[in-house]
Amino acid sequence: MKLARKIEEKFFKALMFLSTVFILIILAIIIYSIFEKGLKSISWEMITQIPQGGYYYGKGGGILNAILGSLTLAFGATALAFIIGLPVALYLNVFLVRHKKVITIIRFLLDLIWGIPSIVYGAFGFSLMILLGLQTSLLAGILTVTLFILPIMIRSMDEILSTVPIGLQEASYSLGSNKSETAFKIMTRQTVSGIITAILLSFGRAIGDAASVLFTAGYTDHLPNGLLEPVATLPLSIFFQLSSPVAEVQNRAYASALVLTLIILLVSLFSRGLGKRYHKTKINF
Amino acid sequence: MYLLNRVQRHRVNSTWMVISLALVAFLPFLLFIGLYLKSAMLLRDYSLFDLVFSKIWKPSSGQFGFYPFIVGSVWVTMLAMIITAPVCLLTAIYVTQYTRKFVLRIMHPAIDILAGIPSVVYGLWGILVIVPFISRYLGPWLEVKTMGYSILAAAFVLSIMIIPFVLNILIEIFKAIPVELKEATWSLGATEWQTIKHVLLRKALPGIIAAFGFGLARAFGETMAVLMVVGNVVKLPKSVFDPGYTLPALIANNYGEMLSIPKYDSALMFAALLLLVVSLFFNLVMHFFIVKFNKY
Repeated sequence: MKLARKIEEKFFKALMFLSTVFILIILAIIIYSIFEKGLKSISWEMITQIPQGGYYYGKGGGILNAILGSLTLAFGATALAFIIGLPVALYLNVFLVRHKKVITIIRFLLDLIWGIPSIVYGAFGFSLMILLGLQTSLLAGILTVTLFILPIMIRSMDEILSTVPIGLQEASYSLGSNKSETAFKIMTRQTVSGIITAILLSFGRAIGDAASVLFTAGYTDHLPNGLLEPVATLPLSIFFQLSSPVAEVQNRAYASALVLTLIILLVSLFSRGLGKRYHKTKINF
Repeated sequence: MYLLNRVQRHRVNSTWMVISLALVAFLPFLLFIGLYLKSAMLLRDYSLFDLVFSKIWKPSSGQFGFYPFIVGSVWVTMLAMIITAPVCLLTAIYVTQYTRKFVLRIMHPAIDILAGIPSVVYGLWGILVIVPFISRYLGPWLEVKTMGYSILAAAFVLSIMIIPFVLNILIEIFKAIPVELKEATWSLGATEWQTIKHVLLRKALPGIIAAFGFGLARAFGETMAVLMVVGNVVKLPKSVFDPGYTLPALIANNYGEMLSIPKYDSALMFAALLLLVVSLFFNLVMHFFIVKFNKY
């Protein structure tokens, strides 16, 4: 009896250890295979040139259009989501801080929105686009991606804002400031690092998502010029190059994937580093 | 220095806040109404039952049966969950109960990186590694004929994709369980594993169900990675080695031609509506499990 129990304990402990190692190994394999394949085919030409004629049959050129396009689109969407998202997060934590029930309902709604798959946003954005009479364009892409990253942005800002003790707000009121001043001047300053993390997190999401821009942003071989022109994005360029039967073009897809992965890794590294830097403005309780 | 005085600025700021909040709060309803209006044309001509359970998909002759796609989605999602669930549960218990803090400190960046990798890159990895593995090794070894592009490949890629998501929730859940509970069990003479099996898991059950449910909803709507490895064949799959087709992949693959065939766009919007409803429903139900977990 006792032996059986011991064996059971040992068995499950080994199983737990194995599953933890499994996850780490899978991560290593993913990173390794992307770097291994990508480094072989990446070149300076690829990241500094736009596709030339016959690019998709293996002729010269690069994916600068997609890199710049993705960056523009992600910047635009993140900026727009920030303009809408920060006030919402502040409103929840300053104006509604005493109304726990209302906050709970809104957080619940936000979590629901967070769970909606990005392809649904893509489809919705597409029908919205037709309704407004827009073509596939940078603007339509930005609008769709904004909707998609809004809940991520708000919830992660909300998460950090809700840790600020209410005493800080009360101190601010006692000095005669009103609620919006407290929100924009005190609360934001106290949580700068968290807000930056939220922005970078949303940026990473925005740049990596393909399903929502598939319908709305279109694709072009030119550099992005203007809000109403279609724009190329990195995830889609990977997808299109990979579906080509030409081996050389497929290799470029691996290189593009490496570029995209590097951008995202850099962003997440950045957000870790920046978080530590802005402690100066923070009041410790 | 400022154009407006303090009170005016306060007014502008608060109005802006309320407008933003209203926009966000109405977003799910807006999505639902928008997609519903678009798919209303299809729903007027066909009954919901026919659409969901009819097996024939021929848009050009006006036959819209979503059954193969729904079955494909369900297979892929379920299979992915079967792979993910035990791995995540065991890992979460291991890193929160058995190991020292530094393991968690290694796991957190690992989870973050896994969560950050875009779905297209997962799809590409699936094509590079998983698909050849299935067609060259697993298929011949089990003596089944397979292309590699299959339900199984999609499920495997998907299971890796949702690991960070499910694992994060599970770790939070296990961290939230008070240590006194474990101490009480230890004081009764229970071993570590007995404590986990009889106390921890029972206490965390609603939370665990919720974590799996959230993962399921996420997996159901995943598009690009699945699209790239599932094979995209409109047929009812007979085994996990057969290619399949999922609802999100259907939408993503056909957006180009959807305006050229009558009712096609309506049908695709209906597929999006289905996804929306499934995702909202799952998240709603799982939220109640979380509330239940937090209650005691």
